Amino acid sequence: MDQEKLERIRELKELWEQELADLKERKEPAETVSGQPVKMLFTPLDTKNLDYERDLGFPGSYPYTRGVQPNMYRGRLWTMRQFSGFGDAYDSNRRYRYLLEQGQTGLSVAFDMPTLMGYDSDSDRSLGEVGRCGVAIDSLEDMEILFDQIPLDQVTTSMTINGPAAILWCMYLATAEKQGASLDQVGGTIQNDILKEYIAQKSWIFPPEPSMRLITDIFEFASDHVPKWNTISISGYHIREAGSTAVQELAFTLADGFAYVEAGINAGLDVDRFAPRLSFFFNSHIDFFEEICKYRAARRIWARRMKEKYGAKDSRSLKMRFHTQTAGCSLTAQEPENNIIRTAYEGLSAVLGGTQSLHTNSMDEVLALPTEKAVKIALRTQQVLACETGVANTIDPLAGSYFIEALTDKMESEAEEYFSKVDDLGGVLPAIEQGFFQQEIADAAYEYQKAVDRGERIVVGINRYCSEEAPDIEILRIDPEVERKQLERLKRLKETRDGGRVSDCLEELKRCAASGENLIPKILEAVRAYATEGEITAALKEVFGEYREKPLF
Amino acid sequence: MQQLVKDLLAGSRRAAARLISQVENDDPHKRELLMEIFPHTGRAYVIGITGAPGSGKSSLVDCLLQQMRSEDLKVGVIGVDPTSPFSGGAILGDRIRMQEHALDQDVFIRSMGTRGSLGGLARATREAIQVLDAFGKDIILVETVGVGQSEVDIVKTADSTMVVLTPAGGDSVQTIKAGIMEIADLFVVNKADLPGKERTVTEINLMLDMKEDSRWRPPVACTVSVRGEGIEAVWQSLQEHRRFLEESGRLQEIRRERVRRELTEQVEYLVKNQIWDRVKEQIEFDSLVEKIVHRRRDPYSAAYELLEKIDFYGETD
Amino acid sequence: MENRKIRVLVAKPGLDGHDRGVKVVARGLRDAGMEVIYTGLHQTPQQVAETALQEDVDVVGLSVLSGAHMTLVPKIKELLTEKGLDDVLLLVGGIVPADDAEKLRAEGHADQIFTPGEPLEKITAYIYDWFKAKSNS
Repeated sequence: MDQEKLERIRELKELWEQELADLKERKEPAETVSGQPVKMLFTPLDTKNLDYERDLGFPGSYPYTRGVQPNMYRGRLWTMRQFSGFGDAYDSNRRYRYLLEQGQTGLSVAFDMPTLMGYDSDSDRSLGEVGRCGVAIDSLEDMEILFDQIPLDQVTTSMTINGPAAILWCMYLATAEKQGASLDQVGGTIQNDILKEYIAQKSWIFPPEPSMRLITDIFEFASDHVPKWNTISISGYHIREAGSTAVQELAFTLADGFAYVEAGINAGLDVDRFAPRLSFFFNSHIDFFEEICKYRAARRIWARRMKEKYGAKDSRSLKMRFHTQTAGCSLTAQEPENNIIRTAYEGLSAVLGGTQSLHTNSMDEVLALPTEKAVKIALRTQQVLACETGVANTIDPLAGSYFIEALTDKMESEAEEYFSKVDDLGGVLPAIEQGFFQQEIADAAYEYQKAVDRGERIVVGINRYCSEEAPDIEILRIDPEVERKQLERLKRLKETRDGGRVSDCLEELKRCAASGENLIPKILEAVRAYATEGEITAALKEVFGEYREKPLF
Repeated sequence: MQQLVKDLLAGSRRAAARLISQVENDDPHKRELLMEIFPHTGRAYVIGITGAPGSGKSSLVDCLLQQMRSEDLKVGVIGVDPTSPFSGGAILGDRIRMQEHALDQDVFIRSMGTRGSLGGLARATREAIQVLDAFGKDIILVETVGVGQSEVDIVKTADSTMVVLTPAGGDSVQTIKAGIMEIADLFVVNKADLPGKERTVTEINLMLDMKEDSRWRPPVACTVSVRGEGIEAVWQSLQEHRRFLEESGRLQEIRRERVRRELTEQVEYLVKNQIWDRVKEQIEFDSLVEKIVHRRRDPYSAAYELLEKIDFYGETD
Repeated sequence: MENRKIRVLVAKPGLDGHDRGVKVVARGLRDAGMEVIYTGLHQTPQQVAETALQEDVDVVGLSVLSGAHMTLVPKIKELLTEKGLDDVLLLVGGIVPADDAEKLRAEGHADQIFTPGEPLEKITAYIYDWFKAKSNS
């Protein structure tokens, strides 16, 4: 736009501002949920420096701001991938087959706390926790049951597992093998993002160095043997759930991503060999526009840095593909039906932001794991979005909006400030050690709570439009029998397997862990011998040690 | 003798916990309790640990605990964190790094807030040390907030004092307050795997070179507490310092000084309380304040007048 | 007693790693003038009870979001009682369905359960009211 026209707009803006002087404004602060003030109006003045080719480009082309595929949802809708898992492998297998029947297009496994932390169901740390917040998997036998009647060469699976990711991945691969699939046909994702565990989710096992080594072992093995597998889902979801702002989620996630890229390069891998299979996982929170801008900024930042700083040549290394989950922390226990509405808006912003796959939360998740009814509504939310609203008809429809482009730019530059801070601290691992991310997150979480308590941030049903009624919905119960049956099955397994072979495998594992060779083949061996997750973890702990966190508020 | 004290001497952890609370809360029976406890104190060796926040004091304490326990020593730990001057509350997080020892019967860990004591090391902490001493602890570790004046306070309470630094990004030793450097019997450069370690060690040594005296030159140890590296050397140095104090008679001197200070403080405390109790009975106080604000009186003669009113000066005049 | 502060142990028993809530509550309690002892993640019931003993706390607050509350809370209550800490106020926060909460209260395993969304003031007011009533009796 030429200077004269901009000047004219500036004059008109001043006139408009004069009119405002006589008008009252609503008292609620005009801020995003992250506390960012939002101007009343955006005009061409806010985007005067926008260059279409440089800043936006076309979908499927650098810098990918508008989307990573040339035809986005016109070619293929996002994957509807509901995170799910509870009880034992039989229970979850039934749920997965139900979801696939209802039209879900990919699987996503939620494991229970003992499995996430590397303990078997019979450990005394597992008491009361077996099957409670996810499915209990102790050995290959459980994994085989979990995917019974589900062909792993046709269905892709995402597994939310971090500390023991290598072990569960090997169990999945061994299961696929047993089904007769060949590994180069097997597709899916393991979360495998240990950095964000230290920062936010806190289900770690080993200290940072050996954890990073396991991750680069996975990169290497996958690039040679399981080429369709996404070896890591670099996550911001949990960082946001822990209380961060949108910019922090954006910056910390990408910072972690760059740290993994550097780890891979330092391990001697060519960047284009593993970067194409890095994927991301973001939150979709309730502030509609902020989230859309966050995703667009993320794609642009990733593409630029991968090209300019890390010298990636393969275009797949530059494309930031991501899964999104709607924000659990935005849901309320009060009037849970309202959560259906929140989830719908959050799902919409994820789609307008160009996500590759989406999980929509169920309304009852603040109370328990979802019931069949609740998860069906959550799935239908996506289906209505995809089929009825028309938002999938055109790509990146909000591009060019003065507000959207201005906010995308702003979030990008604020993220860059964080990158500088992290560099000043010496990088991501030193920053974690100094508690930098954790402190930022704790502060943001506290600020948010205070804003809610003061009534500045409104949450319907919590501090406005409240009703006294207690939630009146059915919730999912985990039968305590699950724990007992799991323990029985585990006992039988240990009695009937070849104990000698298991011990040999574990010894070999320890030797390999100490020597620095790629551990994945050894873990596969152990898994095939029906060594349990707890046994493998314990063996690795002997060599790697355990992580302990730095306490911070 | 009070039942709680009997239980304490018999080894009850509950009694130890309750007694520490009572001295901390200024329980009305506090003096009697302390009187009964006192004869059983004097055995424990007190080690103070101080340093900036984030220097890794807690994880060092955790490592030292392991060392001491391997020698079958009974240990008490007091972790002091700052009380918020605004709310009067505190988050006491020192235990996090030590929780592996939570179930060890011979380790007693207590978290305390400074509770507004400017010195950082609250009077209650000193009394808590006495409780743990009478409880039968061989060693008592006191970990304190690492800011300013508080550290100097530790010297008065501890037999050996350890100052913890890190090679943190170019911060030089000069930026650390002079007072802290003076009180150290041992320097520990923690997180010694970070760049700048040699420089920090050198700067400490240069500073020590400039100090006169001392029959004891504080050693400088390097540690990486999260990996347990360098801990044995720290423990050795602590034991050497103790031997030095004992053999040179310095330990006795220190403890005599401590008793002298304690007695003085107790007298002053009693005097102060006595006087104030009586002064406050006079309604005059507030009206005097008003007069002084309006410059009709001055604080100096007003104070004298108050004390006269309570017959502080007796017959002399 | 001039210096009487309410001492609260906030604990994360079990394997659950979600500490956003417990940290926000810790800060809230501190801002309300209480001394808050936080012992970090992954505490066993034994560690929680022993810490409550050594720190002579008035209140124990447990944060459980993993669904394991029906095992963990009664176990901790049992250990507290064994150690003579029966009069310590036992509060629970996290993901606890209403009927489990009822059961925990009715069977005496916990004094009160707070769900997500309750303002910090509600928790601090509850503790202060309980403390006042206890001091007066």
